[in-house]
Amino acid sequence: MAKMNMLHAINSALDITMAEHPQACIFGEDVGYFGGVFRATSGLQEKYGKHRVFNTPLTEQGILGFANGLAAFGAPALAEIQFADYIFPAFDQIVNESAKFRYRSGNEFNVGNLTIRTPYGGGIAGGLYHSQSPEAYFAHTPGLKLVVPRNPYQAKGLLRACIKDDNPVIFFEPKRLYRASTGEVPEGDYTIEIGKAEVVKEGKDVTVLAWGAQMEIIEQAAAKAEEAGISCEIIDLRSILPWDAETIAKSVTKTGRLVISHEAPITNGFGAEIAATIQKECFLHLESPIERVCGLDTPYPLALEKEYVPDALKVFAAIKKSVEF
Amino acid sequence: MTNPNNISLNISHALEFIDGHALNIPTLKILSEDGDILDGATAPDLDKETALRIYSTMRFIRLLDERMQAAQRQGRISFYMQCLGEEAAITASAAALKQEDMIMAQYREQAALHYRGFSLEQFMNQLFSNEKDLGKGRQMPVHYGSNELHYLTISSPLGTQIPQATGYAYGQKLKHIDAQSGELSSEIDNVTICYFGEGAASEGDFHAGLNMAAVHKAPVLFFARNNGYAISTPADEQFKGDGIASRGVGYGIKTIRVDGADTLAVYAATQKAREIAVTTGEPVLIESIAYRLGAHSTSDDPSGYRTKDEEAEFKSNCPVARFKAWLLKQGWLNEEEDEVQKDKIREEILAALKVAEKIQKPALEELVSDVYDTPIPALQKQYEELKEHIKQHPDAYPITAGRIK
Ligand SMILES: Cc1ncc(C[n+]2csc(CCOP(=O)(O)OP(=O)(O)O)c2C)c(N)n1
Repeated sequence: MAKMNMLHAINSALDITMAEHPQACIFGEDVGYFGGVFRATSGLQEKYGKHRVFNTPLTEQGILGFANGLAAFGAPALAEIQFADYIFPAFDQIVNESAKFRYRSGNEFNVGNLTIRTPYGGGIAGGLYHSQSPEAYFAHTPGLKLVVPRNPYQAKGLLRACIKDDNPVIFFEPKRLYRASTGEVPEGDYTIEIGKAEVVKEGKDVTVLAWGAQMEIIEQAAAKAEEAGISCEIIDLRSILPWDAETIAKSVTKTGRLVISHEAPITNGFGAEIAATIQKECFLHLESPIERVCGLDTPYPLALEKEYVPDALKVFAAIKKSVEF
Repeated sequence: MTNPNNISLNISHALEFIDGHALNIPTLKILSEDGDILDGATAPDLDKETALRIYSTMRFIRLLDERMQAAQRQGRISFYMQCLGEEAAITASAAALKQEDMIMAQYREQAALHYRGFSLEQFMNQLFSNEKDLGKGRQMPVHYGSNELHYLTISSPLGTQIPQATGYAYGQKLKHIDAQSGELSSEIDNVTICYFGEGAASEGDFHAGLNMAAVHKAPVLFFARNNGYAISTPADEQFKGDGIASRGVGYGIKTIRVDGADTLAVYAATQKAREIAVTTGEPVLIESIAYRLGAHSTSDDPSGYRTKDEEAEFKSNCPVARFKAWLLKQGWLNEEEDEVQKDKIREEILAALKVAEKIQKPALEELVSDVYDTPIPALQKQYEELKEHIKQHPDAYPITAGRIK
């Protein structure tokens, strides 16, 4: 075990992958010698050479098109999109190509070797274009997997699982936690299963669910709720596609209540899918309507970020509303 | 001979490939580093008043950049980007345009905006995202914009302004269509200039924008700022071939490369490019070669990817000093007066900063306005709920709580 922040943990997962497979490549804007604008790939070019860890020209469309080709060839393609906000120029390559490679070819070809890493989310005073959480756009696309870690341990284990998974995966990294979150992480290899939610804390009155950077927020809210005598079961979804409806349903069957939180705008956010499924699965066990605490249906602002984001106070208010219904 | 492929065939019997680096486009340079007109070069027609306005804009932006870079270090603003090293390229190109020509910039072109008349107060209000910011505090610092000054508000995603510039310029041309005959007039009043970095020129939008401009004949001036780096990525990891200029040629666009640290060369090239665009309705590409003297932004540390020696080499080639030397030789500028002016501007910047910093942030309703022309019902409801929440917890939302009715 070693104390690592999330960037070190990600770097370690990438390092293991590069050592394991002689054709694995890491590429993206500024990821080469500089190690990426957040330094997630620091030191890897020195170790594995310019042929396998390299800067790309500034073209997300090109990065993902290239990655699809490289993965179709059979090499592990570890593509970085500098900010999740800039994944949209690559939308066509991901949604129409990565996601459908296997299906349209009858599995004559596939890009299972593709892993896309990208920092997402707010809290860094980044305004409109450095704060978005675009997971729901991709969650509407069969053929992709979407994973979001909440801390360094999860980040390394989940990233390794994404890389080993035989499907294209987008790994959304909560950039606000890159350096803020530290913890004990094994130096060697391990994986965490994709598609499984984690019950982070057991409780009996209400289930509170989030992923990635919102985990910290719901934990703070749950702590406030505990002070008010409300027992919260806290769940980290971890994987958005596929998502673990079973674990959530089991928890809600026990608590009778569910509060979901995400940073992305509420309308058609992934919380909507969860709410619809859980109200069907748990209809007779629900004691109150499922609450969602999410971003507003506006672009992510700068000056009024505090007002916009689902903070602990808003989540706490929703927990109370749910329990007092 | 022209065939249906739209290529004039030049038949050859030799199995020969044209080298990808075969083009070697010349670089227009007029002014020496010491401020003299070079032998064989012709100075553009630049009057004293315009020349001094260009100079005072460059000087102002230097001082503003210096001060705001420091303000970011002090934690007073969250982010900043300097124009350092490209002041001549940006200011002289903007000066060669008409006030009503459209400017679509990438982000590092504050000098063009100031040349147009964006005031110190307006810069400060945007940088501090206060309630007087024209962008209503929604975007990061340096994402300026002004409809009045024909300067499209900056959008962070790179390259997006390039095809937009083509479309806008096409609109400028269609303004002159004769309703009866459907014919275009041979002269156009206004053009669009579109600034972008050599990095952004790798984006798909660049290729789409240039191709459409060439095919549909849009009077747009593509101004590529080749400053050597895209964050940490040096130009030789960004493209091969002869710079961005060769791409203009490839798309069938009239192209010129200029020394971007040479105010007179940039002014002359842009003036001529504008003339071509208004008389033919066609696009022109200008590639400016000037080193990015500063860091990419305040989030960047260039010592991680370039050497002190390299930086020092280019620091000695200062575009502002070069133009100043020429102005002094012209007898249009006086060293002592210049120093007095500098101090005065520094004081004004400091004073404006202190004022802008104290102006309150935008009101809560600016969070939901402008998403649509009027907030849709779901958003209106979210807003009411948010107001209720803030009213109940005013201490947690000090920026807006006190002003909620
Ligand atoms: C689509 C997109 N991808 C990535 C970024 C992140 N980014 C911001 S500036 C920049 C480098 C731009 O370099 P260049 O176009 O050469 O302009 P310069 O900064 O050198 O003036 C990058 C990669 C972005 N803003 N938009």
